[in-house]
Amino acid sequence: MRYSILQLARQALGRHRGWGPAWRDASPRDGYDIVIVGGGGHGLAAAYYLAKVHGITNVALVERGWIGGGNAGRNTTIIRSNYALPGNEPFYEWSMKLWEGLEQDLNYNAMVSQRGVLNLFHSDPQRDAYARRGNAMRLHGVDCDLLDADAVRKMAPFLDFDNARFPIQGGLLQARGGTARHDAVNWGYARAASALGVDIIQNCEVTGFVRDNAGAVTGVETSRGTIRAGKVGLAVAGMTSHVAAKAGLRLPIESHVLQAFVSEGLKPLIPGVITFGAGHFYISQSDKGGLVFGGDIDGYNSYAQRGNLPVVEDVCEGGMALMPMIGRVRMLRSWGGVMDMSMDGSPIIDRTPIDGLYLNAGWCYGGFKATPASGWCFAHLLANDAPHETATAYRLDRFRTGHMIDEKGAGAQANLH
Amino acid sequence: MRIPCPYCGSRDSREFVYRGDAAPVRPASDLASDNADAMFDYLYLRDNPAGQFEDLWYHAQGCRNWLRVTRDTITHDIAGAVLARSGRAA
Repeated sequence: MRYSILQLARQALGRHRGWGPAWRDASPRDGYDIVIVGGGGHGLAAAYYLAKVHGITNVALVERGWIGGGNAGRNTTIIRSNYALPGNEPFYEWSMKLWEGLEQDLNYNAMVSQRGVLNLFHSDPQRDAYARRGNAMRLHGVDCDLLDADAVRKMAPFLDFDNARFPIQGGLLQARGGTARHDAVNWGYARAASALGVDIIQNCEVTGFVRDNAGAVTGVETSRGTIRAGKVGLAVAGMTSHVAAKAGLRLPIESHVLQAFVSEGLKPLIPGVITFGAGHFYISQSDKGGLVFGGDIDGYNSYAQRGNLPVVEDVCEGGMALMPMIGRVRMLRSWGGVMDMSMDGSPIIDRTPIDGLYLNAGWCYGGFKATPASGWCFAHLLANDAPHETATAYRLDRFRTGHMIDEKGAGAQANLH
Repeated sequence: MRIPCPYCGSRDSREFVYRGDAAPVRPASDLASDNADAMFDYLYLRDNPAGQFEDLWYHAQGCRNWLRVTRDTITHDIAGAVLARSGRAA
């Protein structure tokens, strides 16, 4: 069923009783050309682009829980491509371009809103660093603007500009950045992939891998039976080490919990996404009115999808330092998601040493904005056995060879950032 | 989380600095031996288990001892802590 204004009118006349499920809830068949493990945004996007771009529709996507139950529904919905390094910027810009055409492509309202991402700076050296990042972005063909304090004041007059310790001197603005509705992104990809023939199999946990005599992966053992596969792609960020261990892989990844928060609903207040340059705090406002904000990971290895209070306090202190006006806003909810923290802070989209097993992992804090390009590049890798041109740096062996992607000098632990 | 410091008793986790997985052991770093693989393993590869896990915490705002804490990464339950210098737990 194609969604459109005419369809809406037709369904309205039928009292909205004609809407069907957005995707088929498939049961596993015996075998597929490609099985993707993990029904988050990245896995769904990979399945969709496999079917659409590469014409491979004999694809199953197996998900332990339900679509949208993991990190896909636990992020802060920011999309941006303000990276500096050659290994990163073309990839994230490709993602940004896919975001810009996503809703028309999927025929699904993902509420992509390019309301701008503003990174504030508070000192001369930080301005220099942001100017450098902005120049690097422009050399990659991505627009951005270095704003002075007056220009920031016009955009966001409520910030604490004259803070004694962290006066706001300006900011780096990527006007094309913004937010998207995270659940809708996943539902949209699931619906579009399912319509092209991909089997989306929920409540199907991978418990092991089927290996042939040479050790190659030829399928997955699941809680709903064995599924043969020509190739298996892992897109299970958060649980990557846990799943990969079933194939005997040890990876340069630690799992950490990252919390996010939303306030009660308010009238329109914050124009775009604003990040604090003197601490780790970022904030935006959802279309529903809630302030959505977050900060650091809790800092210790964790698979629990909840964090502890010290980080709640730290994040709220960051918010108060940046915009004291939110001091009386009540926090409505908080939640935690499990992050694949890779050892250099950058992702992995690569083949593994095991034939037939492919890896998409290590997204650290930043997986959501990468969803379309991650799916695109993973599909390209699965279809062609070669990396997509924008993802050639995301190699699994870069830690052994010394080709780390040192975007922020950040590793798996917050105290190293 | 509260961490049962063997020296100070049960203390809030924010008194501690986190170091990470207690399992990796730094390989010998004499120039003669070619230990690139061992060093790669030590620096980058982690078991990263979901469940029982031993990690190192430094009691910076307490007794300034290094602790080896046995913790469940799924529930955050802490089973116990020993001084790291007391050697590796079995």
